[in-house]
Amino acid sequence: METMVDFEPQIRNILTKHARLGVDVSALAADADLYQAGMTSQASVNVMLALEGEFDIEFPDELLKRSVFGSISAIRDAVAGIAST
Amino acid sequence: MNTHAPRHVSLPTRPDMTVAGLRVGIDIVQISAIADSLAEFGNHFTRRIFSADEVAYANAAPAQTAQRLAARFAAKEAGFKAFGLSEAGISWRDIEVQKCADGSCTLAFHGRAAEAVQRSGCTEISLSLSHDGDYATAMLAALAPR
Repeated sequence: METMVDFEPQIRNILTKHARLGVDVSALAADADLYQAGMTSQASVNVMLALEGEFDIEFPDELLKRSVFGSISAIRDAVAGIAST
Repeated sequence: MNTHAPRHVSLPTRPDMTVAGLRVGIDIVQISAIADSLAEFGNHFTRRIFSADEVAYANAAPAQTAQRLAARFAAKEAGFKAFGLSEAGISWRDIEVQKCADGSCTLAFHGRAAEAVQRSGCTEISLSLSHDGDYATAMLAALAPR
C-alpha cells in the first residue's frame, strides 16, 4: 500500500528558521497567508532554498509564483508534486 | 459659488500598477538579510537568483557584495511588480540588472519575462537603485506608447 509522506513538520521547521514571521509557526493554520504573517519576498527565497536543500528538489520556473509559497498547504502541495516526479 | 479647491481628493488606483501606459514597481531589501542568505546558502542562493554577470559584479568589490546583490534583488522585485509577474512562473534570473556604459543600470528581461514585457507594449524603462545604511531599494518605471 502506498503511504502519503507528511512533509508538513519539515516545512514548519523551515518556516520557523527562514520565513522571519512575526507569529508562532506551530500555531499557524495550514492555509494561513504567510505574507500576511510577515514573510517578505526575500524571506520566501530563503524558504525556497531551504526546501530545495531539505527535500533534494528544485522548484521549476513554472512553480516560482508568489502563491506557491503563500501558505503551508500550498508549499506542501508543491513539494509533494515535485517529489513525485 | 465655491471657489476653494477640494480639501480631499480620492483618485482611482489600479492594482496592476498601470496608469495610462505607465507601469511602476518598487522594492526595498535589507542588506544584512542578503548577507545572511549568502552565509546560509552560498552558491545555491546566487545560482538560483542572479545571473553570472550580476554575481561577478557583486563579487568584484567584496566589501559591497551583499549591498550590490540587495540592490539587484530589489530591482528584480520591482520588475515583477511593474509587469505583474508574481504569478507568471518566472525565474529571478530572467530579470537581470545590467550596467550601462555611463554607469547607470537597466533591466534586461529574458525567457518568459521577455515575452510578458513584450506583451505589455512597453518600449521604455527607467531603473533607479539606491542604498543607505542596511537597506537597498529599487524603482522601475516602464512606459508604453498610448
